[in-house]
Amino acid sequence: MSVALPTATQEVEPPEGGILSLLRRGRRDGRVTGLLIGGVVLFVCIILFGVLGPVFVHQSLAQVGAVDPNLPPSGAHLLGTDGQGRDVLAAMIYSTPETVKIGLIAGAIGVGIGVVLALLAGFFRGPVDAVIGAVSDSLLTIPGIAILIVIANHLTQLTAISLGLAIASLSWMVPTRLMRAQVLSVRERTYIAVARMGGESELEIAFREVMPNILPFAAASLVWAVSSAVLASVGLAALGLGTGDVSLGSAVYWMMTYSAVLRGEWWWFGPPMIIIGLLFLSLLMMSLGMDRFVNPRLNDRG
Amino acid sequence: MRTYVVRRIGLLIVIVFIAFTANFLIPRLIPGDPIQAELAQQAAITGNQGVNIAAAAKALDAKFQLDKPVWQQYLAYWDDLFHLDLGYSIQNYPETVGSEIRATIFWTFGLLGFSILVAFVIGCLLGAALAWPTAPRVIRALGPFFMVLGSIPQFLIGLALIFAFATILRILPGGGVIESTQVVAFNFSTIFDILHHSILPAAALILGLIGSWAVGMRGMMISVLGEDYILFAEAKGLSPGRVFLWYGMRNALLPQLTGLAVALGTAVSGAILVEVVFNYPGVGFLLFQAISQKDYFTIQGVVLVLIATLALTLFIVDILYPFIDPRVRYEQ
Repeated sequence: MSVALPTATQEVEPPEGGILSLLRRGRRDGRVTGLLIGGVVLFVCIILFGVLGPVFVHQSLAQVGAVDPNLPPSGAHLLGTDGQGRDVLAAMIYSTPETVKIGLIAGAIGVGIGVVLALLAGFFRGPVDAVIGAVSDSLLTIPGIAILIVIANHLTQLTAISLGLAIASLSWMVPTRLMRAQVLSVRERTYIAVARMGGESELEIAFREVMPNILPFAAASLVWAVSSAVLASVGLAALGLGTGDVSLGSAVYWMMTYSAVLRGEWWWFGPPMIIIGLLFLSLLMMSLGMDRFVNPRLNDRG
Repeated sequence: MRTYVVRRIGLLIVIVFIAFTANFLIPRLIPGDPIQAELAQQAAITGNQGVNIAAAAKALDAKFQLDKPVWQQYLAYWDDLFHLDLGYSIQNYPETVGSEIRATIFWTFGLLGFSILVAFVIGCLLGAALAWPTAPRVIRALGPFFMVLGSIPQFLIGLALIFAFATILRILPGGGVIESTQVVAFNFSTIFDILHHSILPAAALILGLIGSWAVGMRGMMISVLGEDYILFAEAKGLSPGRVFLWYGMRNALLPQLTGLAVALGTAVSGAILVEVVFNYPGVGFLLFQAISQKDYFTIQGVVLVLIATLALTLFIVDILYPFIDPRVRYEQ
């Protein structure tokens, strides 16, 4: 299962050192797959849409009542206008970064917590491991969305940061479990014993010797965590618990409130659905691509 | 075996305790007085201090003993829970939250149960077919297709289905569960009407759920097909179909049942928004209404029921699993 790729990577002149040469080497030994590159490219495009868009479209057009409502696409409004009198293109340009931001904040914090807990649990074992394991096992079976609804419902000032933190507090369990398993395998390797004989303290070994080896797994967890954070934030906002009016989730909330779908206003409900879909597609491609990056043995199998 | 069951019961109690305590603490840890604010907002919405608001406020104050110390409130909270008393609904006062949930939960169970079952069967069949070395191209293409569908939120699939089948083609209803002209009675036409309305929401959930089972089944099937007993069965000269179905699929299917437990979690949160999209009268839609009405007690009640139901289901699956698959021992 591979995806047709932009051939740009092959056409680039061979660079000296740096990330690009690393990329080419990875491409040759099959660790960097087309799927991974495609996912990253798509994700970057979505971010660029939100970063470069404001250069062409002014923010005032994304305000409620800025333009006539319910207009189909035209020269003046490339994607038409929604039922609240907002230019759909402008609304999308200013909504997309908010959703991506919440996903990245929550994902990064969740995986950060995961790395530290996995190192502590996997390296020190004993009661530390037992407590971390018990707490993460229990939290895993609680539907995160339920707790998030309670939190979001009580935060009077719901910002990207506070929502990101709330989501992160419930998304460290899977990264912790994934990376703990890896820590358990790394700590038995010879060079750890060498480092121990060299007089490094346990904490130094854990963070200086073991941690670099679990970073690929942290990257894979990050993609998973960002994806589930975006899912949670879009879901919350669609339920009416969003961070203000500019996010992809609240775009969904308003189009549901005004029954844009039953009214057939495709230019209104289409764009947020497509952007959300592409966002998840890019994350899926990255995580499938990462599977091989994390576990090169997968290359042998179909 | 007994230690396993005891430990699993212990875990269930811990989970429920943590979740219910969090549900009690979170509102109290976040600054502000939500009940006061919500009642004030209610008053603002209705325009005056209506009888409902005053009565509700009185009932709530007495009920939650907010003047008492926190630990007494906490004990009272557990006391209510043991009596299955979830308090009064603000949006539908004087109806209780318990009766609201009782009226909606069967819709959710019906929709979810049916969708999960169908998605499980289709997903396992598709996954097994994907592992078959000479599967047709069409089937090979279905794997990635359902994987992509599984990665996007199910309510988006729902919205797309509404647009296609209700707005453009106009062959299926795009929301609700019963036609307003329908006289509700236990007869064929009512049941048909309900099923007719449930096609699209169920399809949205099923399409979103198939992918993860297909992927899991394919992986299991590939490893089972590599086992010695498959080789032996082939050597005996059994037909490929028989080997595939009775020696391969049967053994690959059992571990899939654990996936059922994991899928329940995603299905429940997915179903909330699918119900909202379709105005389907389940707990998800109740939750949505409660959020928009700032009905604090209904929200809390629904959240508690969701957590408790899921914890209990996972518990039952975990306890039953070793009976279903003898390869799994209670001791790990």
